[in-house]
Amino acid sequence: MAAFPALPRNNKPVLIGAIVLAVALLSSVTVVPETQQAVVVRFGQPVRVINMFRPNKDFGSTGAGLVLRIPFAEQLVRIDKRVLSVDMDRQQVLSIDQQRIEVDAYARFRIIDPVRMVRSAGTPERVEEQLQPILSSVLRQELGKRSFQSLLTAERGQAMTNIREGLDREAREYGAQVIDVRIKRADLPDGTPLESAFARMSAAREQEATTIIAQGQKNAQIIRATAEANAAKIYAEAFNKDPAFYDFYRAMQSYDATFSNSKNQGQSTILLSPDSDYLRQFKGKSGQ
Amino acid sequence: MRAISDAIARGWLAMAGGRSPWGGGDGEPKGEDGGQPDEPAASGGDEPPAGSPPPKTPGPRNPWLPGGGPASGSSGPQGGEGGPRRAPSIEDIFRARTGPGRPVLGGSGFRLPPRADGRSWTPFVVGGAVLLWLALTTTHMIGPKEQGIVTTFGRYSRTIQPGVSLTLPWPIENVKIADVTSIKRDTIPEGEAEKLMLTSDQNLVDISYLVRWNIKDLKLYSFQLSDPDETVKEVAEAAMRASIAEVPLREAMGGTGRALVEQNVRARMQAILDAYRSGVLIQGVEIKKADPPQKVIDAFQKVTAAQQDAQREISNAQAFAQQVTARAQGDAAAFDKVYEQYRLAPEVTRKRMYYETMERVLSNNDKVIIAAPGVTSYLPLPELKKRAQQATASAATPDEGNR
Repeated sequence: MAAFPALPRNNKPVLIGAIVLAVALLSSVTVVPETQQAVVVRFGQPVRVINMFRPNKDFGSTGAGLVLRIPFAEQLVRIDKRVLSVDMDRQQVLSIDQQRIEVDAYARFRIIDPVRMVRSAGTPERVEEQLQPILSSVLRQELGKRSFQSLLTAERGQAMTNIREGLDREAREYGAQVIDVRIKRADLPDGTPLESAFARMSAAREQEATTIIAQGQKNAQIIRATAEANAAKIYAEAFNKDPAFYDFYRAMQSYDATFSNSKNQGQSTILLSPDSDYLRQFKGKSGQ
Repeated sequence: MRAISDAIARGWLAMAGGRSPWGGGDGEPKGEDGGQPDEPAASGGDEPPAGSPPPKTPGPRNPWLPGGGPASGSSGPQGGEGGPRRAPSIEDIFRARTGPGRPVLGGSGFRLPPRADGRSWTPFVVGGAVLLWLALTTTHMIGPKEQGIVTTFGRYSRTIQPGVSLTLPWPIENVKIADVTSIKRDTIPEGEAEKLMLTSDQNLVDISYLVRWNIKDLKLYSFQLSDPDETVKEVAEAAMRASIAEVPLREAMGGTGRALVEQNVRARMQAILDAYRSGVLIQGVEIKKADPPQKVIDAFQKVTAAQQDAQREISNAQAFAQQVTARAQGDAAAFDKVYEQYRLAPEVTRKRMYYETMERVLSNNDKVIIAAPGVTSYLPLPELKKRAQQATASAATPDEGNR
């Protein structure tokens, strides 16, 4: 108060002045966080950009923080500096071979030219709204050139690049840069296409099942035949040492099996001639 | 103006451990309202300053000094009533501005008994609040798994590591703490819903998987993406679709193909997220379930059944093969043994075997010996049959034998 000894009479204006000054000071200082960039608009004209996105600048050195502006004359339009996303609604795409596929995609973009964005769209949300239909149409165009199979597999990469470039061209008009476009889902639409896919899968499985059984039977046959061949070889090796003895030996075994089998004992009647070899000694002749 | 400078001056004093601006503010105008004669300027907002202000101003401007202070402090309670009597002054305007703070502090002044020297408690309350504010906003405990991002007026300043860190108080520096090492888990899809994906052979597979990730670079994580958590999920989705679309159904469901897909998805996700500079590290992707769709599960079970059938066929054949081979080996070995002996004494062995076999054969069967050539014997076939039946039917059914 010692500084204003002569002022007490004009207390009121001084105080008001001080308040105005304080408000002016406060309103001339503002904070722009790292996640935002701000366009300073002076009387409706964008004059400068604060904390604009630069690919190579690290956080902390981008210009975020306390910012001075001319109060009342300059307004700050704050724009998200981060990577933003556009989600495309699910839609059906017709591939070149007339197959329907339901595609769900997203794009990631960033505002790199805030002044242009403020002039053309106003807010990032508007940019997103503008990009959505563009993404849809670019996607449909690009995927429509491809066969169903190539939509599914590796060629997707090239398709995605084309789509990204197409979308990026449009997005630049809004001061945005498209970083990436991805297909989240690529499904067969419900109803006939899906049902027929299921039917195809079932049929393929049934075919597989039949094949498996047939293969199993084939293998079993081969195993049996191989075993029999093996056995034949073993027999041949052994019996071939003396075919005549084998004949006798096997005959003896065969008689045993046929006539002295415990199952059919006494069922046979054997007529013997006295001349038979077995009864040779029966006649009492000696020798021979 | 004076009131402002007073308040500021008192504020500084309060910071220095003296009286609070509000406590003083309460006291001072009241003291003036009390009509202290040596302060004409204070009450003279509307009336022309009769007195000479310069020499007298020190008095009201230093109410916290001994003498001025106690007087204003003790007159506090009455001060509220004094206001309306006067025409509005600058002080009144100012008081109205600081109004919201007064009732509370004044209220506490009413409830608490005055300190020994009659001063208000408010300075202590305010001082305590300030200390608390400083303590809370300048020291930060960062847990062992956490990191903190310090921003100075919104500008990134530094990343603080686990431990206790000091920063400037709140409005100047702000600290955002996040858990960086703990692994976050996203299960996709959430719940039990069926999520069908197309494989390279245009089949559908029901996939459910888990993504494990953590924050690699908190700075990037905080500032780079508008919604990093959602981004991780979307990227996972896109990467999983792309990877599944590269393998046929069998591999997508089977063991080795699955591991390959997992690896693929992880690499893909990491590449995409790095391209976004998201500061996210994918720890791993695990396919929890890769099943055929519900609608065709029957057909898949048929395949399993067929596989088992085929396996059974083969097993049976192998058993048969074992049997046949073993039999052959046994027969061959037996022949070899006998043949070995036979070779030593062919004639005798041959005769012996012949007689032995004939013995077994003839002893078990009926024998008819036709003694003389030329004698035609009558073969009683029915009789033979009867006897045969008798033999088989045994003693249990003797009638049958007689018939």
